[in-house]
Amino acid sequence: MSNFMEWVDRRFPATKVWNEHLAEYWTPKNFNFWYYFGSLAMLVLVIQIVTGIFLTMHYKPDASLAFASVEYIMRDVPWGWLMRYLHSTGASAFFVIVYLHMFRGLIYGSSREPRELVWLIGCVIFVTLMAEAFMGYLLPWGNMSYWGAQVIISLFDVIPYLGPILTEWIRGDFVVSDATLNRFFAFHVIALPLVLCALVFLHIVALHKVGSNNPDGIEIKDNKDENGKPLDGIAFHPYYTVKDLVGVVVFFMVYLGVVFFWPDGSGVLLEKDNFAPANSLQTPPDIVPLWYFTPFYSILRASTSDFLLILTVITGVAAVATFFIDTKRSNKISAFICYALLAVGLSIFDAKFWGVVMMGSAIVVLFLLPWLDKSPVKSIRYRSMPFKIAVGIFVIAFISLGYLGMHPVSELSTIQAQLCTILYFSFFALMPFYTAWGKTKPVPTRLT
Amino acid sequence: MKIGNSIMALMVALPFVVSAPNVMAATAEGVVLDSVHIDSGDTPSLQRGAALFVNYCLSCHGAAYMRYERLAYDLDIPMETLAEDFMFTTDKPGDLMKTAMTEDDAKEWFGVAPPDLTLVSRVRNNEWLYTYLRAFYLDENSPNGWNNSLFENVAMPHVLYELQGAQTLVGHVETDEGAAVETSAHQNIVGDTIFEIQKVGKNSPEEFDMAMRDLVNFLSYLAEPAQLQRRSIGIWVLAWLAVLFVVSFLLKKEYWRDIH
Ligand code: HEC
Ligand code: HEM
Repeated sequence: MSNFMEWVDRRFPATKVWNEHLAEYWTPKNFNFWYYFGSLAMLVLVIQIVTGIFLTMHYKPDASLAFASVEYIMRDVPWGWLMRYLHSTGASAFFVIVYLHMFRGLIYGSSREPRELVWLIGCVIFVTLMAEAFMGYLLPWGNMSYWGAQVIISLFDVIPYLGPILTEWIRGDFVVSDATLNRFFAFHVIALPLVLCALVFLHIVALHKVGSNNPDGIEIKDNKDENGKPLDGIAFHPYYTVKDLVGVVVFFMVYLGVVFFWPDGSGVLLEKDNFAPANSLQTPPDIVPLWYFTPFYSILRASTSDFLLILTVITGVAAVATFFIDTKRSNKISAFICYALLAVGLSIFDAKFWGVVMMGSAIVVLFLLPWLDKSPVKSIRYRSMPFKIAVGIFVIAFISLGYLGMHPVSELSTIQAQLCTILYFSFFALMPFYTAWGKTKPVPTRLT
Repeated sequence: MKIGNSIMALMVALPFVVSAPNVMAATAEGVVLDSVHIDSGDTPSLQRGAALFVNYCLSCHGAAYMRYERLAYDLDIPMETLAEDFMFTTDKPGDLMKTAMTEDDAKEWFGVAPPDLTLVSRVRNNEWLYTYLRAFYLDENSPNGWNNSLFENVAMPHVLYELQGAQTLVGHVETDEGAAVETSAHQNIVGDTIFEIQKVGKNSPEEFDMAMRDLVNFLSYLAEPAQLQRRSIGIWVLAWLAVLFVVSFLLKKEYWRDIH
């Protein structure tokens, strides 16, 4: 065996990579619940790829055959139903995991110096994952697949001048059609999974360069022994491999519990209207995306002309307020110009346009997190009260947006969504202020 | 950890608080459906439902994602019985359960093509189907003489007329509490609608309800044949995972004994 490894190591850095990334990769010893989700996300990525390969063996990317081929998989392909449910439930599991994973980054300040790139690559992964899920959802060619794609693609129509050309280019047709199905298939089964795998690789490379953060938000590399090993670090393998194994088993209990006993999630995981084939003449009563898109969908729908009026007033007030903040004059002037332009824009373009802009911005702001957070400490354990309150409100707003987005709009729900939209953006816009405000607790020098 | 807990509690509680008024609005305007207890493990019920489906529905509606063979296999129907009682003479066991009616004919006769019923239980739901199938009533204003209180002006005639008999619409049950409705032996309540029985069919009202339960049970099976295996496999999988959990947990404890 050792002879064999020597032979390999002279030609390929197998032992070196093993040690650097597993056996001698020093990891903080105090990882908690929130730290399971990175490895679980990798696991689900593998599950999606493997089950996806089996589905592709029987699926037909053709508008006249696609729907029937999925039912064929559900009925006539041995274990086809299992592959399909693993894949459809896996998509939802992926988003549950990624949302929890991102939330961890938020509460422990993991996005901050020196892990900005880990976070940024993560954000790109998130956007890619959304594209992957969106395109995958067209493939069963159910009526919700069809109308969901129709609605979301035509959002780009609001872009001045370029919109209609762009949407036609995306669809490959004037409406969602066979051409759209074929290109979405290409993206879903090969292009985006390749991109995702590459991004996950970069995510881990970036992480291992700087090392993991932890629930205390302090650097284990600041306290090393004479050999350069962090005192509070333990080897990833075997300690975290065995610990993550427990997490994997628990995850499988929940995930397979859903797969075997609740695969349609009562219409949340597999939507009812998607059991009817795509029909361009019959719009479903409520076009609702899957749950993981609904927070952003709610923000889109929150944009009404009344709401824009309120936003115009808010930006107007903010423009005036810039003169009372004490910074350099040049800063004040540029801030004023920005707000003033925004206020003008809000009154020129219509609600549909701003809905799309707001939905896009809701995702773009995530990228800015490392620079918006000005707290002197990283972990929520030692942060000031205002931050804790803000996080609480943000979580409530985000979940409420998700809930509201799953249901048809009413007058009341529109107002609720608008309120939550304001809370969502305020969380980021005001972050530089409230993170610097209030008394933080003293941070220990060693892990607790 | 405390913060974690309170955040968790908030996460769970809030959407309901925020949205409680919407939920109430939704049920207020919703239709009233009768609940039905179906059981995919009740094979005789599935067999009776399948017989009803083939005799009364397949002439207009297809179940075009399903094969006859699968029925025989899943519902313990002998191959000879399948060929004699369930299939059109020209069909082979491996064929899909297509309807004999062409779409053009159907459109000419009914104005709309009867939709394929393979997945109808997943598009609607079992309660909806159970209510729908029992809610046909005589209506002079309808082209085919029938209407349905759940699906107004439906193009489908009351094909189970010989079993259920005929009923006319009387009105709706008051949904306000306290207004209990008197029903006589001549009346039949489906959902929140009261019907007057005009002509008794081959079945008594109770027998007809049981027959419709069988039919809905079958439609539910038809929409997802895999449900017969999925639950029983699922139990073994979860049991096995429980064992694996204990093993992995002990393994982790053993490795972590000297980490403080
Ligand atoms: C004489 C032809 C005919 C027969 C036989 C028939 N149906 Fe129908 N059915 C129709 C037509 C036509 C429609 C479409 C109604 C409409 O859209 O107005 C329909 C609609 C339905 C629907 C509603 C589908 C939906 O989701 O909108 C269900 C459920 C249904 N039929 C069940 C059955 C069942 C169960 C049977 C057997 C007991 C049956 N039908 C027998 C003609 C028929
Ligand atoms: C396919 C999706 C993803 C995979 C497979 C993945 C994988 C991982 C893994 C294995 C880790 C180390 C283990 C851990 O800390 O839990 C990690 C850490 C991290 N990830 Fe991800 N990730 C994904 C998506 C994201 C997203 C969407 C973001 C944020 C936008 C993100 C941000 C981070 C950050 C900041 C860390 C460091 C956390 C810390 O050290 O505290 N990741 N990721």
